[in-house]
Amino acid sequence: MSWTWFHKLGSPKWFFQFASRWALASFWSGVVLLLVGVIWGLGFAPEDYQQGNSFRIIYIHVPAAILAQSCYLGLGIAGFVFLVWQMKMAPVFIKSVAPLGALAAVIALLSGAIWGKPTWGTWWVWDARLTSVLVLFLLYMGVIAIQNSLEDKVLADKAVAVISVVGLINLPIIKYSVEWWNTLHQPATFKLTEAPAMPIEMWLPLLISSLGLYLFIAGLAMLRMKTEVLNRERRSGWVKDEVLKSGV
Amino acid sequence: MHPVRKKRIIVISSIVLVLGLALGLVMYALQQNINLFYSPTQIATGEAPESIMLRAGGMVVEGSVHRNNKTLAVSFEITDFVEKVRVEYKGILPDLFREGQGIVAQGKLNAEGTLVASEVLAKHDEEYMPPEIAEALEKAKLNSASSNTSY
Repeated sequence: MSWTWFHKLGSPKWFFQFASRWALASFWSGVVLLLVGVIWGLGFAPEDYQQGNSFRIIYIHVPAAILAQSCYLGLGIAGFVFLVWQMKMAPVFIKSVAPLGALAAVIALLSGAIWGKPTWGTWWVWDARLTSVLVLFLLYMGVIAIQNSLEDKVLADKAVAVISVVGLINLPIIKYSVEWWNTLHQPATFKLTEAPAMPIEMWLPLLISSLGLYLFIAGLAMLRMKTEVLNRERRSGWVKDEVLKSGV
Repeated sequence: MHPVRKKRIIVISSIVLVLGLALGLVMYALQQNINLFYSPTQIATGEAPESIMLRAGGMVVEGSVHRNNKTLAVSFEITDFVEKVRVEYKGILPDLFREGQGIVAQGKLNAEGTLVASEVLAKHDEEYMPPEIAEALEKAKLNSASSNTSY
């Protein structure tokens, strides 16, 4: 098997050029899909037979919740790659994506609370699912805090990589919390192994808004990573070439 | 692979594995505290403590809901299809509360084994449905039920 793609991915210069080409495309296609999915979901999809219109918050809650977990999976993998192979791009990824994942977790928690009040009858309950997602948010906050508080940048990269890898343990707990324990939260809406238990006019807008949010955040992440790469590589030749080329 | 990297992979993997195992054992030991509620069976067999704040969860038994006409007091039974527990509650029930719905009630068990609740929460499942489809399903169920009894 050829490992060139792996080494390319680790090259700051290659990444910078890749992101310059794709960041905005990803960002804007994400915005369009997100708008389509959310407007469709909030305005035109059918309401639920039990919950009526309050069910519609699913079109924000579920995309944010899935994204918050996916971002953390990315952090964990990047952390592992950095600890083993010392790839330069891995800590750039962690530093740039952690705030975005934290934002997704906040949106998931807040929209969940807003959904919970009219349906369950409470904003918050300390059940396993809600608590484990709160822990996910706190892990993100830990990553961000340590990244920013350690003066020694090399040490900071290493420390957040360790937290990212260890925090991976939380992901299966979030996923299976609704099966392992009695919870107030219902089981997953989207499962990998079977079709969702709702008609297509309900889940299609949900799929579109989820996809849109992924592309939107991927675009933002690439933009943030570009800035971070320029800052870290400011003494290297290719950055000087880029600056000269841009004519600033 | 470079031996240094191989060693790093082994070290990191074993750290994550050991931490995961430790956390797994802790959660297994704390299972009763992580569970949000006791089932009616656990309450009937005396597993649930008396006169301590706890939650009980189950389906509201059809035809068991009695409302007081003058006050907000309501009493109903919940079941896990094995045992039943009576719940008494005074207050506003969530919109989703109805017979056949899963609920979680927080309160204290009295000497008769009745749960005197201070809060009632409604559960719902992940099977979202437009009202027309729910209606059609309901109709189909009634039809098959009536055809079963007539034959």
